[in-house]
Amino acid sequence: MKIQQIKARIVSNKEVKANFWLLEFVSSSIAKAAQPGQFVNVKVASGWAPLLRRPLSIHKIKNGKVQLFYEALGLATEILTQRRPKEFLDIIGPLGSGFNYQKSVVKSGKTKNILIAGGMGVAPLVFLAEKIKMHKPLVLIGAQSANKVLCAQEFRNFGCQVKIATNDGSLGFGGQVTDLLKINLTLENSVNLFACGPQPMLQAVAQIATAKNINCELSLEAHMACGIGACLGCVVMTKSGYKRVCQDGPVFSSKELTWEKR
Amino acid sequence: MKPNLSVRLGNLDLKNPVLVASGTFGYAQEFKDLVDLKKLGAIVTKTITLKSRPGNLSPRTCETPCGLLNSIGLENPGIDGFISQKLPFLKKIGIPIIVSIAAEESPEEFVVLVEKLNLIKEIAALELNISCPNLQKNKLIAQDAAETFALVSQLRKITTKCLITKLSPNVTSIVEIAQAAQNAGSDALALINTLGGMCIDIKKRTPKIGSWVGGLSGPAIRPIALKMVWETYNKIKIPIIGMGGIIDTESALEFFIAGASAISVGTANFVNPRVSLEIIEGLSKYMREHEIQNFNSLTGKLKACQN
Repeated sequence: MKIQQIKARIVSNKEVKANFWLLEFVSSSIAKAAQPGQFVNVKVASGWAPLLRRPLSIHKIKNGKVQLFYEALGLATEILTQRRPKEFLDIIGPLGSGFNYQKSVVKSGKTKNILIAGGMGVAPLVFLAEKIKMHKPLVLIGAQSANKVLCAQEFRNFGCQVKIATNDGSLGFGGQVTDLLKINLTLENSVNLFACGPQPMLQAVAQIATAKNINCELSLEAHMACGIGACLGCVVMTKSGYKRVCQDGPVFSSKELTWEKR
Repeated sequence: MKPNLSVRLGNLDLKNPVLVASGTFGYAQEFKDLVDLKKLGAIVTKTITLKSRPGNLSPRTCETPCGLLNSIGLENPGIDGFISQKLPFLKKIGIPIIVSIAAEESPEEFVVLVEKLNLIKEIAALELNISCPNLQKNKLIAQDAAETFALVSQLRKITTKCLITKLSPNVTSIVEIAQAAQNAGSDALALINTLGGMCIDIKKRTPKIGSWVGGLSGPAIRPIALKMVWETYNKIKIPIIGMGGIIDTESALEFFIAGASAISVGTANFVNPRVSLEIIEGLSKYMREHEIQNFNSLTGKLKACQN
């Protein structure tokens, strides 16, 4: 699939929860080609401030339209919230290597697929859940508190079983989503893990996967300059040296990552 | 009539004066889906060293107001890896390929690099990156006129390929270094490399990039780059490739008027990969509108302010 730079028409851009926004744009080509775990690099405003594009996960694909789910937490995403329907957004995508789910999702009824989302980590996992919904994945959502639990209904709409962990115990399991994962692993024979969230969460998920020798794919986040593998700015250390989050990832097998600075 | 955009740098003929700067265009294959590569004037590769380099600690980039601070640290597969893995694609494009090279420890590494690249006829020119700020060195070659002269003289003796010396803005007088490179036989100069800079995360009280300090690029540095091109143009005779924050036709034209014979687009490639092609179009339009027949005639045509 070729990477494209397009001017895509915005269909809608709405705040669905305090500071969390859902933007939909038209692109039949990106909609057709995109794979779960891939992202697009968005120029939030015309002109040169902010200078760089912002990489955003592909959240959902529907009828030739692409949805991005993002948190307004800095200058660039604040500007993005001001973009209106019918305006055009300069987008490069689809980018990166997504989840390797076609290979790892075993169709046997004994294999359980578990999606673990921390905070905004729900963004790419909703797309993945839709693709593997026939396998009825279990979705574990972690958040600080009940009012920050994201996308639970979207996952349920795909027929996924959803369990929630909140750090303050205000909804579902009280504690870390990784502790909820440990509880849910005890009875399983064969498991695939797919996770996206803050780095400490991903590292904890990877530790669990290593300890139990479970197949595990993690979607990383990184500051990017080019998003297409040219600048070598967004690297992560792996067992075979530095790799580019934007091109070799953002999804990596937990076996590859060393979690070292160097 | 189609405007003539061709320029000559030493023995290197370019069909147009728009290059892509080292480190901002990878090895070109990363951009193949987005840019019609054969339309570019030339491609300058990411800098190659003798041995492969893993590069610096992450994070390696940080956005600043209208700028980008980076400390990639010359991550590259080494000269042999470059020749086997990266060069085959570059050769096929059919436009001049300029290979950027650097030494890690000793200037002698340049000699070995040049000898290896001399053998490859498809390589049109060599850019001597003696000005990378991200190698944790106390002093760069490009910060010393005598060292610059010694290195360029030595390399001049062993190659007939076009030699471009890339200069650092982190100096007291860039003109002095430019003259040293010219006197040593450099065919052209590339200026400027990035400016040393720093960003701090006030919550963590840490630098925002892993190697503490880095090099600043992007529109934020353009006025500095432009002044250095202008000052250098007034004192030297060899052609200048101007760069530093060029993002569109207007900013490219500023550099030509200041004295550049060609320009390089750098950081802007990350934001709009097509910007170099848009600039080539824009330069043609400017020539038609101002009835300029030969693009070279624009170089250095700066006049005093008129009241």
